[in-house]
Amino acid sequence: MAHQHSFHGPLADPAGDAGYQEHRPRVGFFTDTSICIGCKACEVACKEWNNVPEDGLNLLGMSFDNTGMLGADSWRHVAFIEQQRPLGQQDAGFQDLPTGPSGTQETAEVVAEALPQAERSGGDLGTAPVDLGFPSFELPGRTPGEHPRAEFRWLMASDVCKHCTHAGCLDVCPTGALFRTEFGTVVVQQDICNGCGYCVSACPYGVIDRRHDDGRAWKCTLCYDRLRGDLEPACAQACPTKSIQFGVLDELRERAAQRLDQLHDAGVPEARLYGHEPTDGVGGDGAFFLLLDEPEVYGLPPDPIVPTRDLASTWKYTGAAAAGLLAAAVAAFIGRRPQ
Amino acid sequence: MTHVERSPGGPHDAGQPQPGQPQPGQPQPGQFRNGQFRNGRSRAGRRRSDDGSREELAVPRAKFQSYYGRPVLKPPVWEWKIPLYFFTGGLSAGSALLAAGADLTGRPALRRVGRLGGFAGLLASTYLLVADLGRPERFHHMLRVAKPSSPMSVGTWILVAYGPGSALPAVAELLPARLRATRPGRLLQLAARPAGLSAALLAPGVASYTAALLAQTAAPGWHDMRRELPFVYTGSAAASGAGLGLLFAPLAEAGPARRLAVFGSAIELTASQLIDRRPGVVTQAWTTGRAHRLHRAGEVFTLGGAVAAATVARRSRLAAAAAGLALLGGSALQRFGTFEAGVASTKDPKYVVVPQRERLTARATAPAEPPAHQ
Repeated sequence: MAHQHSFHGPLADPAGDAGYQEHRPRVGFFTDTSICIGCKACEVACKEWNNVPEDGLNLLGMSFDNTGMLGADSWRHVAFIEQQRPLGQQDAGFQDLPTGPSGTQETAEVVAEALPQAERSGGDLGTAPVDLGFPSFELPGRTPGEHPRAEFRWLMASDVCKHCTHAGCLDVCPTGALFRTEFGTVVVQQDICNGCGYCVSACPYGVIDRRHDDGRAWKCTLCYDRLRGDLEPACAQACPTKSIQFGVLDELRERAAQRLDQLHDAGVPEARLYGHEPTDGVGGDGAFFLLLDEPEVYGLPPDPIVPTRDLASTWKYTGAAAAGLLAAAVAAFIGRRPQ
Repeated sequence: MTHVERSPGGPHDAGQPQPGQPQPGQPQPGQFRNGQFRNGRSRAGRRRSDDGSREELAVPRAKFQSYYGRPVLKPPVWEWKIPLYFFTGGLSAGSALLAAGADLTGRPALRRVGRLGGFAGLLASTYLLVADLGRPERFHHMLRVAKPSSPMSVGTWILVAYGPGSALPAVAELLPARLRATRPGRLLQLAARPAGLSAALLAPGVASYTAALLAQTAAPGWHDMRRELPFVYTGSAAASGAGLGLLFAPLAEAGPARRLAVFGSAIELTASQLIDRRPGVVTQAWTTGRAHRLHRAGEVFTLGGAVAAATVARRSRLAAAAAGLALLGGSALQRFGTFEAGVASTKDPKYVVVPQRERLTARATAPAEPPAHQ
């Protein structure tokens, strides 16, 4: 192929860039977290359809989230965030009532303190069982005395592999196990993967991981098998509120823009899109989100950049260092000869 | 240097204009006014100072938000085998360079050390690389593709090309005298020099691609150091190869090893000091904790070895051997330190969130009037 592969920046047709002459339109997910009800049907449907093994039955103390994080054995992950602020312009009816803090912030802090004690600092959540020591007899954040009342909102968001336009995992895979499909998605071929683990460290979202007892890397395939059979991915099909919307990416982006306007008009100015922008550090996500707070609150990186963006400068400095080593070795032999 | 306080899943800091701001007098979430909460923090504070890995707070903490303090990135799945490979691979490359030079300049003892050390390093590297795979029996899948975007793929092919040039001269060195006179024996002796030269030409690639491999990850502790890391790694490779030469070669032939020790250490230490002096929160992954201790110990050993190589190692065989050991130890510690720094930078969300948030803020404030709003 004569065309040049692109490693960063906007790219209209990732499948075409990967070498497909004729291919299907790029598909993806638009996850509208403002209507997620935290039912975890997506997590269950994904596990069922893709035969994803159990990743431990844990109580993590992270609100209703006992999955923890995306990983080799969790391809959908519903995040739960409890906050002491109202949802939109909702009135909680606390006028003239005694108010106080809820246990929310303390609970979160207890977990935040426990997590670094875990073997991989919680990085193995979604991959292997992690015991954070919950439940304990003492409720985390239990406050004595007056029953607390506070403004409250509960954020729920179903996270998934972003199927990046410029996928770090795919760029570094040394076996070609990771590939770009005709749908523009990114999939691991399990008969090729030799478990080198490079993709795990190359993903700027911390999505893909190596399965412990299996040794290979696993992540969401955007139900590649179902797509080929003209079916919707399992998580989107199972979602009862259509918080997870599947479709052609261009259509999803239009739909998301409309939904954003709708929410802003309805008095939810904190609504924002995440991963929709083709000019961002990964060239835009195939799976993007509507969030109600900063991305980092949901455990998402605020401004991810595919490591491959800096490939040219990395090789340049590496080449300079290599040349320097050769020069140093030659210089070491210049001078007085023995005898 | 800014210290960072995490506010897990936390709402916004006070002062940021947000709808439905809690009324004054109400505890501001994220400000930790609550008594019980403060207890929690002080417990954490004590644990940290006991540990000794955190420095005293000299500047106010910068706040950032995270999801229950959970890491954003996955920590590398690589364990001790990979940093050890960085050492053995670098050692092999440094030795191959010394061996080729010694061969061309008529230093048979140094040549022998370099050739044997180079091949032994390569054998150890091969074992470590294959054993670290999740599916070791599929190691040859690396040979299905050649991808310039994957330093691991590039490195695989460099190693494949480097292998014969490393193996052949080593076998020639080990050939028993009675076999040397035979026709295959003579052929082997004849091929040893060009083979050794090919290995020497590829050695800088072997020594440096590992730095590109680390830089080409999302781990901020590695990716942000992509300018300095290759020099740390090539310098460390030269120092370890020279260390092996100092350890085993006689004083009369070890002159180039002594000089290479000085050059390599100078490159490594300069680059490594530049990393420690980089502004920004990510540098803390290098200047705190286990990574810092390993990295610092590596620097001390390397510096000591280089100084000894330049001075006492000229006259005393014992001093030369000690300098060689120090250089080898310094290189190994440096590899484990650089590795650990990257791992640490994936385990704490601050290394991901704080620089990215700063980047976004800078982008939002830098152009006085964003064109999109015109």
